[in-house]
Amino acid sequence: MRTIREFEDRIHINSAKGEVPGFIHLSAGQEASAVGICMHLTDEDHIASTHRGHGHSLAKGCDVTAMMDEIYAKRTGLCAGKGGSMHMADLSKGMIGANGIVGGGVPLTAGAALKSRIQGTDRVAVAFFGDGALNEGATLETMNLAKVLNLPMIFAMEDNGYGEATPSSWAIGGQPLARAEGFGLLARALDGHDFFEMYEEAGKVIRDVRAGAGPAFLHISAYRYYGHFEGDAATYRPEGEVERVQKEKDCLKIFRTRALAAGMVTGKELDDIEQQVIGVLDDAVEHARQAPLPNAADLVTDVYVSY
Amino acid sequence: MSEKSFRQAINEALREEMRRDPTVFLIGEDIAGGTGGEGEEDAWGGVMGVTKGLLGEFGASRVIDTPISETAYIGAAAGAAVTGMRPVAELMFCDFAGVCFDQIMNQTAKLRYMLGGQAKVPLVIRMQCGGGFNAAAQHSQTLHGLFTHIPGLKVVMPSNPYEAKGLLIESIRDDDPVMFMEHKFMYDDKGEVPDESYTIPLGEAHYSRDGEDITICALGRMVNLCNEAADDLAQEGIGCTVIDLRSTSPLDEESICESVEETGRLVVVDEGYPRCGFAADIAALAAVRAQPALRAPVKLVTPPHTTIPFAPTLEELYIPSVDRIKQGIREVLAA
Repeated sequence: MRTIREFEDRIHINSAKGEVPGFIHLSAGQEASAVGICMHLTDEDHIASTHRGHGHSLAKGCDVTAMMDEIYAKRTGLCAGKGGSMHMADLSKGMIGANGIVGGGVPLTAGAALKSRIQGTDRVAVAFFGDGALNEGATLETMNLAKVLNLPMIFAMEDNGYGEATPSSWAIGGQPLARAEGFGLLARALDGHDFFEMYEEAGKVIRDVRAGAGPAFLHISAYRYYGHFEGDAATYRPEGEVERVQKEKDCLKIFRTRALAAGMVTGKELDDIEQQVIGVLDDAVEHARQAPLPNAADLVTDVYVSY
Repeated sequence: MSEKSFRQAINEALREEMRRDPTVFLIGEDIAGGTGGEGEEDAWGGVMGVTKGLLGEFGASRVIDTPISETAYIGAAAGAAVTGMRPVAELMFCDFAGVCFDQIMNQTAKLRYMLGGQAKVPLVIRMQCGGGFNAAAQHSQTLHGLFTHIPGLKVVMPSNPYEAKGLLIESIRDDDPVMFMEHKFMYDDKGEVPDESYTIPLGEAHYSRDGEDITICALGRMVNLCNEAADDLAQEGIGCTVIDLRSTSPLDEESICESVEETGRLVVVDEGYPRCGFAADIAALAAVRAQPALRAPVKLVTPPHTTIPFAPTLEELYIPSVDRIKQGIREVLAA
């Protein structure tokens, strides 16, 4: 979680300096959801993500340096500089891809789950999507398909309160859990600010899905600290909202308080982790700045396997 | 070798590839038919009966009926392909690409590139195309031009049963996504089809007939109409080369240009929409690469830029006919 926060914070700062081309959507504030779920997955389990996909990618094991190189549009990037922030993927880690189309990755995830069903393995697939995607046909159609075909799939909806600039409380008619239950999915509401709840409860759901219980839906409450995209002043949010969430519900602070109280770690150990993460991100940013740009010849490769 | 229908040839290709490769599976609406009901199993075998009988051999885990949810199952097929399977999805009518175009255009076609070459997407989307059934505007289109426009997709259209089997087997084995277009007027067409498996490479045109006076380029059912026109004109001493392109992406540019350089005259016949379409693309190719050889303006025989009508009398005017093809050829020869 600390790595994701540092990763996003660095990009926020360096994007404002003009170092990062393209559209950037940051997930700072939403770390506990990505980590609480992905800790239960292996490289053989698949996920797909959204335009706000850095956290999911890191939680699924994608390399920090290769991701930063990708965001800096370098040839050494995870996707050779051809995908960028919105298309982060590493198939060797079971990360099918972030996605620039709202809801676009949800049907793809069903395909990974379908493979598991056809081959009779216990692999599961998780579609991360936002509250905005809950109103996309692709998501709703896939919920039905997953139920009808009994796919080992988890629909992880991170409701960060806003689909772009519009409150999810306005944009979603009815209740998300009721929608999912209407499709016959096992449905749970989880506090995405609380790592321990995410880890425990998502773990139970993933175990059930892995055991063949059919598809499940998680309504994960979350909050993004930055705007929809880098450069968004986010004036649609009431004054003081971000600060209040950061003060009262920050997932890293809650984790620290509870982990210390339970005697799981010491304050020094957490501080050491923080210093390590800062070092990793210092190195990643420096590597990304120095890394080579794509060649002109790269423009037309990777369109087809053969043509 | 025995005589088989276009429908049988496709069925045979699917069966042989499913036997050969356990990662090949079929998914689509009513490709078995009757799933979950109390009536006949495998009641349809697809709306045109193409997949009939495959459920019995391969079972419901590899012949997968879906709800009517094109976005969900075409996307799921793409997701399965990215994770190592070789799905063949049936998208009943190519018109229905409109329902799931994001999954075709923004996901399937672009995954390999966006992922920097990590991904292979060995997905075949089979679909009917073409008019002639008075099925009106949303069940009669021939949208190869739309698909060809998009980098990352391959687009194939067989013109007879022999090609259907060989091109489909090749498409299934291909590591890229292939839009496989079957003209609905041809399912009962008969032709010689080898019993064993064979492949026909994508991007290699077939000289359907050789003639010295003019080059005619076409695809799918239009190839057969061009050959009929050429038969008639042969009696008047006019020699036509008819090039069956078989695929629009990849496109066999060399064969087209070589032939145009020999004949100096070109007619392109196509059932797709004319604007930014296949016929215009071939005309542009000739203009760019073979212009010095052209002895007359290129003639495009296509439908007008209009929606496909229901009324049989209007649809007859819409689809290129043997007469219109002959007229086009005569115009170019007279120029």
